[in-house]
Amino acid sequence: MSSLGKYFIFIFHLFKNRESFGTYFKLTLNEAVSIGWNSLVLIAIVSTFMGAVSTLQTAYNLVSPLIANYIVSLVVRDLTIMELAPTIIGIVYAGKVGSNIASELGTMRITEQIDALEVMGINAGSYLVLPKIVASVIMFPVLVIIAAFLAIGGGYLAATITGVVTGADYIYGIRSQFNEYMVTFMMIKALIFAFLVASIAAYKGFYTRGGALEVGRASTQAVTSSCIAILLADYLLAQLLL
Amino acid sequence: MIEIKGIKKSFGKLLVLDGIDGQFHKGKTNLIIGASGSGKSVLLKCIVGLIPPDEGEVLFDERNLITANRDLKTDIRREIGMLFQSSALFDSKTVEENVRFPLDVLTKMPMDEKMDRVNFCLKRVGLENTNTKMPSEISGGMKKRVGIARAIVNSSKYLFCDEPNSGLDPATSLKIDYLIREITQEYDITTIVVTHDMNSVIELGDQILYLANAKKVWEGNRDSIMKSNLEILNDFFFANTLMQTYREGKREN
Repeated sequence: MSSLGKYFIFIFHLFKNRESFGTYFKLTLNEAVSIGWNSLVLIAIVSTFMGAVSTLQTAYNLVSPLIANYIVSLVVRDLTIMELAPTIIGIVYAGKVGSNIASELGTMRITEQIDALEVMGINAGSYLVLPKIVASVIMFPVLVIIAAFLAIGGGYLAATITGVVTGADYIYGIRSQFNEYMVTFMMIKALIFAFLVASIAAYKGFYTRGGALEVGRASTQAVTSSCIAILLADYLLAQLLL
Repeated sequence: MIEIKGIKKSFGKLLVLDGIDGQFHKGKTNLIIGASGSGKSVLLKCIVGLIPPDEGEVLFDERNLITANRDLKTDIRREIGMLFQSSALFDSKTVEENVRFPLDVLTKMPMDEKMDRVNFCLKRVGLENTNTKMPSEISGGMKKRVGIARAIVNSSKYLFCDEPNSGLDPATSLKIDYLIREITQEYDITTIVVTHDMNSVIELGDQILYLANAKKVWEGNRDSIMKSNLEILNDFFFANTLMQTYREGKREN
C-alpha cells in the first residue's frame, strides 16, 4: 500500500513546478519517436503472427457443417479488436518500452544525472517522466490500431495460404455484424494501458537505489507490475464498459 | 557566502550529521574533508538541497534554502553549479549539449549567445574541440572538465564539487584542482569541495572543515592543518608516508 501511495504522490509531483511548454514539446517528440517508431517492427511481427495463429486455431475449433466459414474471420476480428490488439500488444509493449523506461531512468539515478537536474532547479520527475507518459499515451493507441489491422491481415494471409477460409469468406466475415463500440472500447483500453505502462515503469526507474543490479531489478519489476496492472485494468474495464 | 547552522541528519537509527556549523566564504575554495563514511557527501547534499536535513539551517547569502518557498528554492538552485563524483553528464547528449543544457532549459537566451557562452566555458576548461563528442568518447578527466564547464555556464554564484578527483591519475587531479581554484578566484564564487584527497587539501584548502564521528571536529586552513596537534585529524591527514615526509619537510623549513 505504501508503494501505491508513493506512486500517486510521484504522479502528482509530475505536474508541479514544470518547465516551459516548448521544452516539453521537443522532448515529447523525441520520446514519441523512441517509444512509437522503435516499437513498430516488434509490434508488427507479433500482431501479424497473432492474427494468423488466431485464424488457424479458430478454424480448427469451428469445424462444423452448421457454422459458416465467414464466422472464423468474424471471431478473429472481434477477438483482435476487443482483446488481442490492446491487451496482448500492451503486454509486449510493457516488455519493450516499460523495461526501457525503467532502465534508462534507473541508470540516470545511479549515475547522479537525476541529482544534476534537481541541483539545477529542474523538476527532474516532470522533465524526464512527463514527456514519456504523454508520448506513450499518444503513440500506443496508434500502435494498437496498426496491430489490429496487421493481425486481421495476418489472419487473411494464414486463411488464404492454408485454404481454411477463402479470401471472399474472410472479407465477408470481417465486415459482418460490426459494432463500432468495440473500436471505442479498444481505444479506451489502449489509452489506459499506455498510461499505466509508462507511469509504472518511470516510477520504478526513478526511485532506483544502488547499482547495476538494482537497475536490472527495477526493470524486471517494471515489466511485472505493468503486466499485472494491465490485466487488472483489462478486467475492470470489461466489467465497467461492456 | 554560505552558512550552515546545526545541521543534523540521521538515516534510521544511524546518526550521520550531528549539529554541523560552518561558514563558507566567497572567492575561496572551502573544503569538507573526512574519512569514507564520515558524512561529508551527505553534508554537501544537505547544503544543495538534495537531501533534506532533519534539523538546521542552510543560508545562501542569508536566504534559508530549507525553509524557502518553492520559487525561492528554485531561484537559489539556479545559482548553483555542481560537479558530481561521477561527473553526471547526460549520456544521450554531446559535450556541447551537456554544457548548453542549463541555458536551454533555464534561460531564453538566443542560440548564438548560448553558443558563445558554451564555447567560452569549454575553452576556459581547455576543451575547445570536443563539442561534438559524446561523454562515452572522452576520458574521466575530460568528463570532469565538461562537468565544471556545465556548472559555470549559467554564471553560477556557488560551485559544489563532490570528490572531483575520484578515479583520476595524480597529474589530472592536479589540473582539476588548479582549474577549480582559478575559477573560484576568477569569478569570485563560493566553492565547496568534498574530498579525501590530501593533495587537494594542500592545493585548495583556503578553509577546511574536518568531519569525524558525525561531528565537525576541526576547522582551519592548509597551513594550520600542518601544525595541528589533534590526534584524530593527524591520523587521517598524515596516514600515508608521503604526507608524513611532507610535514617533516615543512617543519624543517
